[in-house]
Amino acid sequence: MASNVHEYTVSELSFALKRTVEDAYGLVRVRGEISGFKRAASGHVYLALKDDKSVLDGVCWRGTASRLAFRPEDGLEVICTGKLTTYPGRSKYQIVIEQMEPAGAGALMALFEERKRRLEAEGLFDPARKRKLPFLPRTIGIVTSPTGSVIRDMLHRLAERFPSHVLLWPVAVQGESAAGQIARAIRGFERVEPRPDLLIVARGGGSIEDLWSFNEEIVARAVADSTIPLISAVGHETDTTLIDHVSDRRAPTPTAAAEMAVPVRNELATGLHALGERQMHAFDRMLTHAARHVEGLARGLGEPRMLLDLATQRLDDLGERLRLRSPLLVLEERRERVDQRMKRIAEIVADRLRHSERSLAAIPEARLAALAERRIADDAKRLEALSKLLESLGHRRVLERGYALVHRTADDTLIASSEAAAGETAMEIEFHDGRLRVEPVREGREPRPRGAKPRPAEKPGEQGRLL
Amino acid sequence: MAKTTDDGAVTEASPVGKPSFEDALGELEGIVQKLERGQLDLESSIAAYERGTELRRWCDTRLGEARMRVEKLTFDKDGEPRDREPFEPS
Repeated sequence: MASNVHEYTVSELSFALKRTVEDAYGLVRVRGEISGFKRAASGHVYLALKDDKSVLDGVCWRGTASRLAFRPEDGLEVICTGKLTTYPGRSKYQIVIEQMEPAGAGALMALFEERKRRLEAEGLFDPARKRKLPFLPRTIGIVTSPTGSVIRDMLHRLAERFPSHVLLWPVAVQGESAAGQIARAIRGFERVEPRPDLLIVARGGGSIEDLWSFNEEIVARAVADSTIPLISAVGHETDTTLIDHVSDRRAPTPTAAAEMAVPVRNELATGLHALGERQMHAFDRMLTHAARHVEGLARGLGEPRMLLDLATQRLDDLGERLRLRSPLLVLEERRERVDQRMKRIAEIVADRLRHSERSLAAIPEARLAALAERRIADDAKRLEALSKLLESLGHRRVLERGYALVHRTADDTLIASSEAAAGETAMEIEFHDGRLRVEPVREGREPRPRGAKPRPAEKPGEQGRLL
Repeated sequence: MAKTTDDGAVTEASPVGKPSFEDALGELEGIVQKLERGQLDLESSIAAYERGTELRRWCDTRLGEARMRVEKLTFDKDGEPRDREPFEPS
């Protein structure tokens, strides 16, 4: 019967339902993919979780949302912890999220990659940002858990290599609050006195979830902001967390971080000792060398007395040379030289004369005569030859060929033309074999009979016609 | 308060005015090499030797004063470091 059923008002029912739901689902964990993520101006976050069949609305109040260790985004699979509640005003139910974490390694890796890309784009991993570690830090600040083997191993290794002053800032290295604590410690060390020269942030190995705090952005940013050089040593060699990209050096293990932090004291001491020895030996050698040099110089200096003697000798020498240069002496010297040369010339001349005499005396008398005779005969021969030559060139040879010469009887000069002969009364014609006196024939006169025997040089007139 | 330089070495503790152990060691090395090469005249050698000896003594002192001292920070209720106490790893 309907009347037996309790009758609610809408509100009564809605609130009864709300109580029931809240009682029954006061704390639930639910896995789902984020969808419709929205951050309101108030700071509250609204989203839905969904799987392949259903959708569950969710809200994350501002206080919780700001504490989320990662940035939720659509598509990310998460596990939310919270309570279910209803919203009577709209007949709705939703989950109030108190905690949210990525669901599983795949989701975390995706988140890690996204975060890494973003920080890298900001330049936080730039090699130029990385600082050189101090060679020998005086105070080392360590951020890690105060319990467990990590701090023990690091302190042990530090003591082994170079006993140092260590300040430990204890933190939780996993869990929700770990990232905040770690970031705070890194920033806090800047204000600690004495301020450490070097920081080490360390944690032992673990799953990606265990190491997740070191992937949180607040930790990475604290490291990037730190003015103190920082070594990160999180997990094992194969684990790479975000802090490793931002730190100045990444150590594969906490123990390795201790090795990077300090040199080995004994090695330094040995090296220093060796340097000291080398310095001493080098200096000794230098001194020995210098002493030897001084000794050598001293030897070079010699006895003062000897120096004086040398100087005296030099003075004497110079004095002597000065005297030798006096003008009178120079003049004397020159005259002597002239005399000597004169003497020498006389000697040479005398010598030559003697030599010539000797050569002459060496030739026998008969040979001299023969030489003279031959010389005379030679000259006569030469004279004859020359006479012949002269004769051959003379007019007599021409006369032999039929020519004749006409001489003036008076003075025996030659008459070379008929004009010259015109006034002459007597001439002589010279043939090659003798002369013939002739007279010129005047007009109107009988010539003398031919056939008269010519008289050489006495009848030039008879020969006149022949001209 | 001790003054620190960029590389973290305490300048006050270096009587030779060297900023760090590394620099002191480097300078000493340079001095020894110069002495060994015999590049310096006698007077410079003596000065270098004195400087080298001073550096060496300072480095020795620095090595000699190496002590392991581990302290854990303690905090006030706001989580700010307040003090420190000796720490022994468990």
